[in-house]
Amino acid sequence: MTDEFSIFGLVLLLIVLALAVVRLTSLLAVAILAGAMSFILAAVYTLLDAVDVAFTEAVVGAGISLALMLAAISLTTREEAPWRRRPAERILALLVSLVSGAGLLYATLDMPLLGDPTAPATLHVAARYIAESPASTGVPNMVTAILASYRGFDTLGEVAVIFTAGVGVIALLRHWREDRA
Amino acid sequence: MNEFILVRVVVKIMVPFILLFALYVQMHGDYGPGGGFQAGVVFATGIIVYTIVFGIRRAVEAVPMSAVMGMVCCGLILYAGTGFATMALGGEYLNYSVLDSADPAHGQHVGIIIIELGVGITVAGVLTAVFLVFAERRARR
Amino acid sequence: MNAVEFVMGHALQWGSVALLMIGLYIVMTRGNLIKKVAGLNIFQGGVFLFYISIANVRDGTAPIVHEDAVLYSNPLPHVLILTAIVVAVATTSLALALIVRIRESYGSIEEDEMAEADMG
Repeated sequence: MTDEFSIFGLVLLLIVLALAVVRLTSLLAVAILAGAMSFILAAVYTLLDAVDVAFTEAVVGAGISLALMLAAISLTTREEAPWRRRPAERILALLVSLVSGAGLLYATLDMPLLGDPTAPATLHVAARYIAESPASTGVPNMVTAILASYRGFDTLGEVAVIFTAGVGVIALLRHWREDRA
Repeated sequence: MNEFILVRVVVKIMVPFILLFALYVQMHGDYGPGGGFQAGVVFATGIIVYTIVFGIRRAVEAVPMSAVMGMVCCGLILYAGTGFATMALGGEYLNYSVLDSADPAHGQHVGIIIIELGVGITVAGVLTAVFLVFAERRARR
Repeated sequence: MNAVEFVMGHALQWGSVALLMIGLYIVMTRGNLIKKVAGLNIFQGGVFLFYISIANVRDGTAPIVHEDAVLYSNPLPHVLILTAIVVAVATTSLALALIVRIRESYGSIEEDEMAEADMG
């Protein structure tokens, strides 16, 4: 129970930080708040027993993402220009996000409760993974076993996506001509 | 950041340990939290910290751009190549059980270690390359 | 099922929906491209949190074999989100690289200023 209350407190903090990101015009502050949000998300994942995900979120969000954001800000601009949207557009955007949020909230009413051991997600394929993967792969960390073996094709695709993104960034930003000279 | 002597000294001591920790995360991913994705990111973080403190000139001396781009390709080739190796040994694509004909579970374990290594090399290469090209662009302004 | 259980069981899902809405609002109303990327990251955070909340099992432990453990949380959403986080940072870096190039050719990363430059 105490776990759940600390999770809710941290998620509330996340929402407050997200609202601060809406208001702030300093991009430097936005980048640093995004890093802080990643750390809080990592804490929430740890409390939800997702240690691998928490580790990834901590190093990616607070480490790499922040460094890349700061690099991009140093190459562009530090301040967001004052807001020039018409009020009608703002209200329309608020309406669209509220309506889509209301639809999602309505959908969550049918979802199983947090931690329900009889939820459909935990009953079918997950039970088989938990029962079989340690013995059939010899790897005690089930997340690693599923990632690399059961879902090997999926991970190959993800690595290909990362590869393509990296090649895209290098092609966009590298000064090729000076290297050849 | 050349004027901050404390930062320079601390980073000089820390970077080897960050890289060592990346290798630990890579190899211990089977038994605890961690694995190729996390190890690659930690490895890149070590090089990024070095670049921020000592500048892009010294960073590319230590980690040449061509080596980083080699890493980007090698990881993906290692991963996809393992699939072809299992096919050559008579299994399906990425079915690691055939890597050890006596003990399929051990074959799976070996396959997972190789795959995670491929993932780690590509992720480390991509994220390092991305930061280095950003920093190079900044230095040429 | 009483009201307290109902709210406690759904609060995390509602929290992730709130993050999603805030991210969507930032993407729609802000003209600054870096701010838009930050909004997209908040949106992604909401989706990731929702997935991980599905994986949780009460009194379960992290899905790493341990002799004292009886119940493990569902490892499958962990795998999906683990790879999604790393892909997200790769695509974010591609977006930031595009923004840097946009700044170099337009001299601005504000949407309306770019539109004015396009009009001539």
